[in-house]
Amino acid sequence: MAEMTPTTNNPFAYAPAPESRSVVDIAPSYGLFIDGEFTEAADGKVFKTVSPATEEVLSEVAQAGAADVDRAVKAARKAFEKWSALPGAERAKYLFRIARIIQERSRELAVLETLDNGKPIKETRDADLPLVAAHFFYYAGWADKLDHAGYGADPRPLGVAGQVIPWNFPLLMLAWKIAPALATGNTVVLKPAETTPLSALFFADICRQAGLPKGVVNILPGYGDTGAAIVAHDDVNKVAFTGSTAVGKEIARTVAGTEKKLTLELGGKGANIVFDDAPIDQAVEGIVSGIFFNQGQVCCAGSRLLVQESVQDELLDSLKRRLTTLRLGDPLDKNTDIGAINSAEQLARITALVETGEAEGAERWSAPCELPSSGYWFAPTLFTNVTQAHTVARDEIFGPVLSVLTFRTPEEAVAKANNSQYGLSAGIWTEKGSRILAVAERLRAGVVWANTFNKFDPTSPFGGYKESGFGREGGRHGLEAYLDV
Amino acid sequence: MSDARLSVFKTYKLYVGGKFPRSESGRVYEVTSGKGEWLANAPLSSRKDARDAVVAARKAFGGWAGKTAYNRGQVLYRVAEMLEGRREQFVREVADAEGLSKSKAGAVVDAAIDRWVWYAGWTDKVAQIAGGANPVAGPYFNLSSPEPTGVVTVLAPQESSFLGLVSVLAPVIATGNTAVVIASERSPLPALSLGEVLATSDLPGGVVNVLSGRTAEIAAPLAAHQDVNGLDLCGADEVLAKELQVAAADNLKRVLRPQPVDDWTADPGTHRLTAFLETKTVWHPTGSLGASGSSY
Repeated sequence: MAEMTPTTNNPFAYAPAPESRSVVDIAPSYGLFIDGEFTEAADGKVFKTVSPATEEVLSEVAQAGAADVDRAVKAARKAFEKWSALPGAERAKYLFRIARIIQERSRELAVLETLDNGKPIKETRDADLPLVAAHFFYYAGWADKLDHAGYGADPRPLGVAGQVIPWNFPLLMLAWKIAPALATGNTVVLKPAETTPLSALFFADICRQAGLPKGVVNILPGYGDTGAAIVAHDDVNKVAFTGSTAVGKEIARTVAGTEKKLTLELGGKGANIVFDDAPIDQAVEGIVSGIFFNQGQVCCAGSRLLVQESVQDELLDSLKRRLTTLRLGDPLDKNTDIGAINSAEQLARITALVETGEAEGAERWSAPCELPSSGYWFAPTLFTNVTQAHTVARDEIFGPVLSVLTFRTPEEAVAKANNSQYGLSAGIWTEKGSRILAVAERLRAGVVWANTFNKFDPTSPFGGYKESGFGREGGRHGLEAYLDV
Repeated sequence: MSDARLSVFKTYKLYVGGKFPRSESGRVYEVTSGKGEWLANAPLSSRKDARDAVVAARKAFGGWAGKTAYNRGQVLYRVAEMLEGRREQFVREVADAEGLSKSKAGAVVDAAIDRWVWYAGWTDKVAQIAGGANPVAGPYFNLSSPEPTGVVTVLAPQESSFLGLVSVLAPVIATGNTAVVIASERSPLPALSLGEVLATSDLPGGVVNVLSGRTAEIAAPLAAHQDVNGLDLCGADEVLAKELQVAAADNLKRVLRPQPVDDWTADPGTHRLTAFLETKTVWHPTGSLGASGSSY
């Protein structure tokens, strides 16, 4: 395991503290989950999923094609009739069961997620899994209270929901999609990302344990073409997608002119604004969690730091000092802060954008750390001397790379923060309450964290302005996406 | 002597940025009554007119969205007052446009005025039905509030030239958006006259911009416009709606698809009010009294 600081004579050196892999049993191969059964793909195609930390092949997974999509949609359609007719209280009990089983199996799922995704066990254990269970628990309670949700009496489900989720929070994104869909009486066909299919397949097993009627949840691993087939399928009534803005636009074009209801949760370039009166140490912690949580592979990451000019030097010194203490390495180690980048492709994308940043004249600083020899890794990096025209200030990097810009007045901070095609998240650091409220009101972003960052909760609506997408996930708002209202 | 008096015709003009320009193209088209009689020459708006309207709507957005909800309600109520004063004119125009009897047209205009009043009352209530406090599992204050989406292009219904128009326009601006409205292609006169009412109702210029002409011709550049945030396709047929929705995907406009409306006098519900709203959720640590150390 590599560490960020030389271990010789380092009083802060940690001994390795790996979480045991034995808690999870990964089969050598997995099928598609259609109509309550694991089956091979119609054309027999499979793909491998690897651990991004070691490049070890974890399993071989069936790859769904158009024929499989059709079969899954048919199964979901068939199941819809009974599922939607169940009393809400009964649907609720299935979801409560699922929430409880997730809690029971959370250590297993955390280790699995860390293996397949590359993120630190600290995060899967303390953030992903508790939020997954909470999300099912929260929406379970809505299933028999929909009359009171503000959408009129007896709001109806849409039918079959086609859901396509990303690799950055595989099981959490599944929960965000499936929990509200089932609570409102829809059935689902869900495609996990090609680099992280395993936790969704384990979820299929949880559905089995919970006794969920067959066909209510169908899981189809695959690549972009599988997702496109789900989105375009004539008998899908609802499309929910989390992923890149480019793909989101393509999906919006595909569903144009149809009755399909669409929600999109797309890219971001969140501004994290630090005023001169902010408590610097706390702001530094917030900046770190804002951009280095999950290796920065977070759509709502605080990837643009806007710091008031007068405190720039102090803040950056403090930030760099903090970054040198982050521990990068084995994601299963309980002391690891920074895990692996999810895939070779993503690492190449990050690397290319960082090279562009350097070529365009921004100043690069990377935390001094040794990267493991196998797997996909990128050291925590920040750019200073960044202007709004720089690519690293405009494009979503989706990696552990922070672009630092400065401002003098609150007006300038707001103008720079809003100068983006995106509008997903923003952060504000100041001790002055009225300034928080004034700035928060003027930020065109769906989630604003004041004196905190990257906090999530099933009761709290999440989603973007502008090209960060539309619709909300979480809370009462999250029901609307799955109701015919 | 009364037989000898020649009436004064009105030149119908666009309403853009609080002013009444002709189409920059210099084009007009003939508007006829339900019976085919000539009523007026209406401006045949161009793509440039559409772009100018977006500029005006964008310029007005910050000020309008930034007004207090109470103030927006007052302004919208003022619109209803002005409509009431011009009731006879609108009854005549609606009767001509839609081939209705005077009494039926009167009922339509009354319903339209009442609808303005209804929406005027919504401005300071919608945040309370669409937003709220979220009980997150942690020491955080967490509040969701609706905010206007921005500049919204509205394709007014083709058949209901006034009540339909009011029913799609009022909710868009009640919530703080600004609008570029494409009037009913065949019956644009009530919409153009509405511009005159808005101009005298304390509504800031640019909050509503009214264009007349060929719906498809004007809507295409607006659906593709990068500075338009929302699109209400009410007045589009199926083919046009799909085409515009595809164009709207380029900057992920919020699109309200055309929905059949049999009876514009029916209770409209709140879905048009919420169609062009964004939800912003703000978090802040609550800390704890008397505790030592960080509240984060």
